[in-house]
Amino acid sequence: MANQDEKLVKSEASFMRLRTSPKMRSLKGFYRKLKRNRAALVGGYLIILLMIIATIGPFFLSHGINDVDYTVRLQPPSSEFWLGTDHNGRDIFSRIIYGAQITLIVGFLSVIFGGVAGVVIGIVSGYYGGKIDAVIMRIMDVLLAFPGILLALAIVSILGPSIINVIYAVAIYSVPSFARIVRGSTLATKELEYVDASRALGASDFRLIFKHILPNVTSPLIVQATLSIATAILTASGLSFLGLGAQPPSPEWGAMLNDGRGYMYDSGYIALFPGLAIVLAVLAFNLFGDGIRDALDPKTK
Amino acid sequence: MFKFIVRRLLQLIPVLFGVTLLVFLMLHITPGNPAAILAGEGASQETIDNVANRLGLNEPLHMQYIYFVMDAIRLDFGTSWRTGMPVADEIGSRFWVTVELAVYSTILSVFIGIIAGVISAVRRYSFTDVGIMLLALFGLSMPNFWLGLMLMQWFAVQLMWVPASGWGSASQVILPVIALGTAGAAIIARMTRSSMLEVISQDYIRTARAKGTKERVVIYRHALRNALIPVVTVVGLQFGYLLGGAVLTETVFAINGLGRLVVDRIASRDFPVIQASVLIIATLFVFVNFLVDISYRLLNKRIDLD
Repeated sequence: MANQDEKLVKSEASFMRLRTSPKMRSLKGFYRKLKRNRAALVGGYLIILLMIIATIGPFFLSHGINDVDYTVRLQPPSSEFWLGTDHNGRDIFSRIIYGAQITLIVGFLSVIFGGVAGVVIGIVSGYYGGKIDAVIMRIMDVLLAFPGILLALAIVSILGPSIINVIYAVAIYSVPSFARIVRGSTLATKELEYVDASRALGASDFRLIFKHILPNVTSPLIVQATLSIATAILTASGLSFLGLGAQPPSPEWGAMLNDGRGYMYDSGYIALFPGLAIVLAVLAFNLFGDGIRDALDPKTK
Repeated sequence: MFKFIVRRLLQLIPVLFGVTLLVFLMLHITPGNPAAILAGEGASQETIDNVANRLGLNEPLHMQYIYFVMDAIRLDFGTSWRTGMPVADEIGSRFWVTVELAVYSTILSVFIGIIAGVISAVRRYSFTDVGIMLLALFGLSMPNFWLGLMLMQWFAVQLMWVPASGWGSASQVILPVIALGTAGAAIIARMTRSSMLEVISQDYIRTARAKGTKERVVIYRHALRNALIPVVTVVGLQFGYLLGGAVLTETVFAINGLGRLVVDRIASRDFPVIQASVLIIATLFVFVNFLVDISYRLLNKRIDLD
C-alpha cells in the first residue's frame, strides 16, 4: 500500500515520458532493453519462478494443506517439515506453496479488473475532455481521499469479509492511479500530429482510440500494472491478516500470519516464513516494475 | 497566493461532498436492510420498522444525507450499534492515538528517508548507494504487519527490551513506529535520491562548484534545498497512507487506536462507528493534502499552479 503514493508522484513526471517510442513497439527491442536491466531481469525470473511454483508446486508436496496432526504440532523446521508445522500440525512449507496460487490469483485478478476499468475511464476522460473529464477526475479524487488500505477496508466492510470481496476491493482501490496515468498519456497523444491527420482523414473515435491512443499508453500501463500487483499483494494479505479476507483454513499468507500469531512467542518460525513469502512476491513485482520503468524511459540509457 | 489558497479551498468542496456521500452510502449499498441488521436476526417486521423509523431510514435518501452531513459537522455520529455509546465518545481518545502513531512514523520516515537518500545520491553507484537502495526496496516490499510481528518477536519477546503491546510510554511507542515508518522511509529515500541526482546535474550546481564553493555547501545549501521540494508532496501522501496503514500496526501491537476499532467493528457491522472513523480519516487526509499543496507552492515559487 505504501508504494502507491510513490507511483502517483512519479506518474506526474516520469510516466509522461514513457510514451512508447516506435522502436519499443517491437517486442524484440523491448526485450533487448530489458535484458540490460539487471533489476528487471531478477524480478522477471522471480515472477516466473513464483508462477511455476504456484502451478506445479502442489503436485510435488507430500503434505496436504489441511493435514491436521496434533502429534506434530508446533514442530521446528526439520527434514520432514521443511519450514516446521503450525499449531494444528500442518506443514507450513506445503501451505506456503499452495498459498502462492491464492496470492498470484488475487494480485493478477484485482489488477486486471482495476486496470481495465481505469484504462476505460482514463481514455474517456482524456479523449473527450471538458465536463466529462472534470467530473470523472473529481470522482477519482474522491477515491484517492481514502488513504491506503482504508478504502479497501471500507469496501470489505460493505461487502462482507471474503477473499473474492478483497479482489473487488483492491480492484476499486487501484482504479484511480490507472485512470490518471492513462488520462495523462491520452491527453499527450491526442495532440500529436499523426493523430490529427488521422482524424482529418475521417477516422472514427473508436479507431483513433484503438489504433493510436491505446498503443501509446501501453508502456506506462505495463509499469503501473506491475507495480500495482505488488501493492495488491500487500493490501490483500493485509486484509486477510486482519481476518477480513481469506478465512481459515485457507493457506493465504496473510491469513497464515494471523492464524499463527498467537503461537509466535514459542515458535517464531510460524510468523517468519509466510511473511518472507509475501516479501519475496512483492519484491519480485517491484523489481520488475522498477526495471521496466527504467528500460522504457528514454531518459535513462 | 491568497487567490491560490481560496481556489484550492473551493476545490475541496466537491471532494468533501464526494467523500461524505460515499461514506453515507456505505450503509445503504451494503447487502441487506440496515434496520434488519441492527434489529438482529429473527427480529419481527414490526421491530425492524421501529428501528428504521428511529434511525430515520424512512426519510427520503437526500434528506438522510443532509442530516448525516449536518450531524457530522457537529461531530455527532449517533450511537454505536454494538455498545450503545455515543460514537464520538468511542472515537475520541482513539483518534488521537492513531494520529500520534502516524505523526511519529512520518517524522521517522522523513528523517531516515532524507538522510539515506542524500547519502545515496552523493555517493552514487558506490557500495553504500547500492546497499541503501536495496534496503529501501526491501523496506517498501515488506508488509508493515509482518515487520511489526518480527520486531515484536525479537525485541519484546526474545530480548525483552520493550513491552510487546500497548501505547503510551516511549518504550511502547518505538516498535510500532518503526514498523509503520519503514516503508515510508524507503519511499522517501528513493524520492530524495532521484530528486537530488536530478538537481545535482543542473547548471547552477556546476556554477556553484566552478566558483570554488565547498562541496558540503554545494550539497547542503544549493542542492538539497531544491531537491527536497518534490519530497514535500510525498510527505503529505505518506502521512495519509500511514493513517491507513495504522490499522494493521495497531492490530499487531494491540494499540487502542481508530484503526483497530474499525477492524473490530466490521465483524459486528457497527456502521455508525465504521462510517465515522472512515470519514474522519479521509477528511483529515484531504486537509493534509491541502496544506501540502500550499507549502509546495510556498517552497517553489517557480511553479505556477494556477
